[in-house]
Amino acid sequence: MSAQGVMEQIAALVPEGSRVLDLGCGTGELLAHLQKTRGCTGYGVELDDANLLECVKRGVNAIQLNLEEGLSIFEDQSFDVVLQLETLQHLRNTELMLRETARVGRIGIVSFPNFAHWPNRLQVLFGRMPVTKVLPYEWYDTPNIRVGTYADFEVLARKNRLRILDSFGIQQGHAVRSRPNLLASMAVFKFDRG
Amino acid sequence: MGSVGLVEAQRVSFAQPLPLRSGAELRDYELVYETYGRLNADKSNAVLVCHALNASHHVAGSYAGQDKSEGWWDNLIGPGKPLDTDRFFVIGINNLGSCFGSTGPMHVNPATGRVYGADFPVVTVQDWVDAQARVLDTLGITQLAAVLGGSLGGMQALDWSLRYPERLRHCIAIATAPSLSAQNIAFNEVARRAIITDPDFHAGHFYQHGVVPKRGLRVARMIGHITYLSDDVMEQKFGRQMRAAELGYSTQDIEFQIESYLRYQGDKFSEYFDANTYLLITRALDYFDPAREHGGDLSRTFASARCKYLLASFTTDWRFAPARSREIVKALLDNKLDVSYAEIDAPHGHDAFLLEDPRYHGVLRAYFNRISGEFQ
Repeated sequence: MSAQGVMEQIAALVPEGSRVLDLGCGTGELLAHLQKTRGCTGYGVELDDANLLECVKRGVNAIQLNLEEGLSIFEDQSFDVVLQLETLQHLRNTELMLRETARVGRIGIVSFPNFAHWPNRLQVLFGRMPVTKVLPYEWYDTPNIRVGTYADFEVLARKNRLRILDSFGIQQGHAVRSRPNLLASMAVFKFDRG
Repeated sequence: MGSVGLVEAQRVSFAQPLPLRSGAELRDYELVYETYGRLNADKSNAVLVCHALNASHHVAGSYAGQDKSEGWWDNLIGPGKPLDTDRFFVIGINNLGSCFGSTGPMHVNPATGRVYGADFPVVTVQDWVDAQARVLDTLGITQLAAVLGGSLGGMQALDWSLRYPERLRHCIAIATAPSLSAQNIAFNEVARRAIITDPDFHAGHFYQHGVVPKRGLRVARMIGHITYLSDDVMEQKFGRQMRAAELGYSTQDIEFQIESYLRYQGDKFSEYFDANTYLLITRALDYFDPAREHGGDLSRTFASARCKYLLASFTTDWRFAPARSREIVKALLDNKLDVSYAEIDAPHGHDAFLLEDPRYHGVLRAYFNRISGEFQ
């Protein structure tokens, strides 16, 4: 399964026994996985009522907060790892959130859809906004209000003086380390404050 | 989903004096409590439910021969309900100073042989928690699966986790705060002044005069009631609805339905609630501030806590606003304690914690399921 593959790829980036904060944790699946397989502890942050309920059912600590209101509830460097998976593209204050991620966590891990994946480029070339498995929405109803590319993130990270520790693409559950900006539908970055 | 059925209150007396925070002590006191469900063999399934301002030990079920005598949290507690009495042993204890059975201002002071009245010692949330712990001792319960409470009851649940960190595994605090705000205290003070300035109050010794300061109690309840509801829900329920089609041009008669509603609530309350109890309980609310002993630092306050937490607040609750619950969440996070927090988007204001919102009850049900998984 590709969703399982993505989760495994991300989980492998999290050191054993880490204290983890998962921003936009959804149903808490990854946190539960990290607790079980890597001895991690921590919390998820989630806005959606139904997702929060799933977290409670799973036995994952979940805090209902709107990320757009910031992370002031979390102290500086209070987590080993802050995850922000498939969340960044939904937030208005993308850059601020990225900085907050680096403030709260010693390590930040983000993932987001790579707009420069070649099928997307092709669709734009033919004059239409891309609609794909990873970007299934039309331009007028997409929750992805920030569309960026693998290469764009490298620029943003540099601007915010973040040190990229590891980065790769993910395509159908597999890591793509060669030309990820062209060949992967999803981008993953692991970084710290340098 | 059923009811726990007919219930009866139980009573336990304590000969050993209870030392109070004020320095005073309470001698020869009694506490009234109810239980629902069955205590399991290793006594690991007990849940204490703490009550708020005008409630009592009668949390669920009803009394034989009394219509509409359902407990105040009957929608949450019972067989198959979120706090499932088929799995949990649930305990409700009436707090000291109350007017629903436990020793309070209308009882006789053993030191003087006269009714306490205004001489009943000022009791705090900590005193209540200490008294509750003694009841659990008599039941042989050394560790609770959970302590649950909303509003002032939530303060008791929090205080349990600070005073007796080894005696509970979970703390569930709903629509509560780490302390009252100036605005909260202000509302309490207006209510107290309404009671104290009622000529029938007689400095708290009205029992000897055979009267009840009902006027004060009515006003106190009216003020309280306003703060329990949200602006929106009041608008929706009453708006500017009038009693009559035409204006009566009267300053003293009821013109608007909201006036009628508040007066009705005030009248009802003044028939059963004790004036001294109202003063005592509002003061306990005012005084609650566990961070005070830690230089106002709430994070340091929770350093001694060990249990897991669930907190919930309601978006339209302006009496115990979500921001106050978030202060507690932050203190728990700072101490690396397990915590989940639900901020329920409900329209009903502070009262929402007593209502049956499916999202709210869903989270409680899921959390209690998790707790029961730990001992089953």
